[in-house]
Amino acid sequence: MHLLVCGGTGCKASASDALEDKLTKELEEKSLQDEVQVVKTGCFGFCEKGPIVKVLPDNTFYTQVKPEDAKTIIEEHVIKGRKVERLLYLDPETKMHVTDSKHMGFYKKQIRVALRNCGFINPESIEEAIARDGYAALAKVLTEMTPDQAIQEILDSGLRGRGGGGFPTGLKWKLTAKEKADQKYVVCNADEGDPGAFMDRSILEGDPHSVIEAMAINGYCTGATKGLIYIRAEYPLAITRLKIAIDQAREFGLLGNDILGLGFDFDLEMRYGAGAFVCGEETALIHSMEGERGEPTFKPPFPSVEGYLKKPTNVNNVETYANIPVIFLKGANWFNKIGTEKSKGTKVFALAGKINNVGLIEVPMGTTLREVIYEIGGGIKDGKKFKAVQTGGPSGGCLTEKHLDTPIDFDNLIAVGSMMGSGGMIVMDEDDCMVSMAKFYLEFTVEESCGKCAPCRIGNKRLHEQLELITKGIGSKADLEKLRDLCNVIKDTSLCGLGQTSPNPVLSTIDNFYDEYLAHVEDQKCPAGVCKDLMQYVISHDECVGCTACARVCPVGAIAGERKGPHTIDSAICIKCGACIEKCKFNAISIQ
Amino acid sequence: MTSVKIKLNPAEVAKLREACASFNNEAGELINVLHKAQSIFGYLPAEVQEIVAEELNVAVAKVYGVVTFYSFFTMIPKGQHPISVCTGTACYVRGADKVLDEFKRRLNIQVGETAADGKFSLSCLRCVGACGLAPVVMVGEKVYGRVSPDGVAEILAEYE
Ligand SMILES: Cc1cc2nc3c(=O)[nH]c(=O)nc-3n(C[C@H](O)[C@H](O)[C@H](O)COP(=O)(O)O)c2cc1C
Ligand code: SF4
Ligand code: SF4
Repeated sequence: MHLLVCGGTGCKASASDALEDKLTKELEEKSLQDEVQVVKTGCFGFCEKGPIVKVLPDNTFYTQVKPEDAKTIIEEHVIKGRKVERLLYLDPETKMHVTDSKHMGFYKKQIRVALRNCGFINPESIEEAIARDGYAALAKVLTEMTPDQAIQEILDSGLRGRGGGGFPTGLKWKLTAKEKADQKYVVCNADEGDPGAFMDRSILEGDPHSVIEAMAINGYCTGATKGLIYIRAEYPLAITRLKIAIDQAREFGLLGNDILGLGFDFDLEMRYGAGAFVCGEETALIHSMEGERGEPTFKPPFPSVEGYLKKPTNVNNVETYANIPVIFLKGANWFNKIGTEKSKGTKVFALAGKINNVGLIEVPMGTTLREVIYEIGGGIKDGKKFKAVQTGGPSGGCLTEKHLDTPIDFDNLIAVGSMMGSGGMIVMDEDDCMVSMAKFYLEFTVEESCGKCAPCRIGNKRLHEQLELITKGIGSKADLEKLRDLCNVIKDTSLCGLGQTSPNPVLSTIDNFYDEYLAHVEDQKCPAGVCKDLMQYVISHDECVGCTACARVCPVGAIAGERKGPHTIDSAICIKCGACIEKCKFNAISIQ
Repeated sequence: MTSVKIKLNPAEVAKLREACASFNNEAGELINVLHKAQSIFGYLPAEVQEIVAEELNVAVAKVYGVVTFYSFFTMIPKGQHPISVCTGTACYVRGADKVLDEFKRRLNIQVGETAADGKFSLSCLRCVGACGLAPVVMVGEKVYGRVSPDGVAEILAEYE
């Protein structure tokens, strides 16, 4: 019997370490440590209800387990074989406890390819990775295939880059392979800058060996003997696990000179980001690894011709790499049967925002947004109404109700004005103001623009200012058209992908929520009730009993009125802090 | 850069020079060296940048250029308890801006500043990847999940 405890960043923050200790101690007290093993794994994906404990072999899935619950799990489940009812997942629809993960709506539609080992193995043990076919693909490629044959396999699989661009991976490898140079490099892009996305982090925390193995295969195929992993410094746990994994792989002769005694040399080094979103762009990333400011440069030359230290360099994303070993083990023809015509395989998404099941999911390409949001995500939080979903992070767009049945793949998302991006998926409900959302993303872009080219540096700043005015109710219909024009100019004239995509959130919200923009500028109203400057706090004289509670709490003295008499708010003084609403016991104050 | 010179602790300076040597004083290792330097001094004042420039044999302007490019590097000493409010999208959608406002109000400082008594400093960060717990706040290494504006006082009280 195994007790799997999630040791991902999310669950660790909710005390999963203490829980693991407690489980181990309880088992020792009952002298069961030889029969039952506690394994700290990577993310199960169901972060909303962490910490998670999964019991194997029966797949029992306990949610929100506290260290105090350890004793009950051991005494009831392990010893007496009775599931602990109160810790089981409660299906929000049927109001029934679900006995195991196979029957949870969250997992039913998922296929785990890139995440195949996350939540199943202890990521700090190479033995467990090997027991689940880790490094078998590397051995197969090194013994049975020439680099060209191996590249052909990836081409046949139809795999496209998961870092955002969707460039065919096999083709990229081929381009690097055909360059002649004394030294080539392969690079893993683990910068994951999209705020609200945590796919790559979870893979590295849950299954670092699959990425290491894939990089070695990539090295063999392209003729590179050195690999670099560029990882953001904000991911300490992923960094630690990677370091452990690299050391173990070296010890087992799976990295270093003469790998598996087959005459192939390949080794890895780590490089750290320092908090700059633009460094996820491959040319910027390369400059950052060289110790420079992470500013993008014009392509061509592409990294495959002139990359790190001016040598041919192949850059791939973490999730792209995580797919590679499976393709060799199960074959390109297995892989290319999953997905849609032009997008093969699966995609990992980080579901977040106003959704019931925040977490990490992996679905076949072609799954619809509706399936993801309602069947897997469990619908909108607190029974509110769905309003929009943003895919592609700050580079993507807001999609609405009418897009819910669009099958998700690279090309479909672009066709409806968004993009796949790296896999962040943020769900918004009726309480979210779309102008404010666009402003939020622009704020991010303005902060993260490297400043090298004018359209992005100045244009995005202007966009942000314009949006700021709209949230204050200042502007006209004509201004909205100007806004659209400016967006198109920025898209057309920026140097790198950051500027070329940064207006997408603005364009897509104007397209899909034009009325909401109009309401701001023409009626001075924010329909979602978010934009502070457009709100008025009003006391209803019918309801007000004159208790003076609001007048006393108001920090700026905006409320006047006699004791037992009706009170009034002077909206010229009011700073819209909301303190009075909370204080009023008679529901007399409302926002209009 | 600043004209007021601060005195660096000689033991820490020695450590810094050692760190540079451990990277073979290579200019290409600048970012790694700065990570080390910041972990030694807690921040990167002009004086530290000058030493790094000297050791790696690059212009001080280049070091300064890199330090100011990356948001992870700071030239202002952090508070004893650095507070970081996650303002990634998931946290924003779940109300991180209101939590941030409450921290600003209570500490009477802006983002990027350190309180006069040096106890707290306030910064924003983009996604620690614990979006299931949004909105997320970190104080030092400790992660607080599902923070509401009302919960801010309670968090601060833990460190009083
Ligand atoms: C502004 C910007 C940010 C990017 N951020 C990332 C990132 O965080 N992770 C990533 O893998 N790719 C990112 N990319 C895409 C990379 O430039 C590159 O296309 C990718 O790493 C290639 O790997 P793939 O072919 O496996 O997707 C970004 C691109 C741009 C323009
Ligand atoms: S588009 Fe923006 S981020 Fe990209 S190079 Fe130009 S200024 Fe820098
Ligand atoms: S919202 Fe705040 S400022 Fe305005 S009246 Fe109420 S308490 Fe006063």
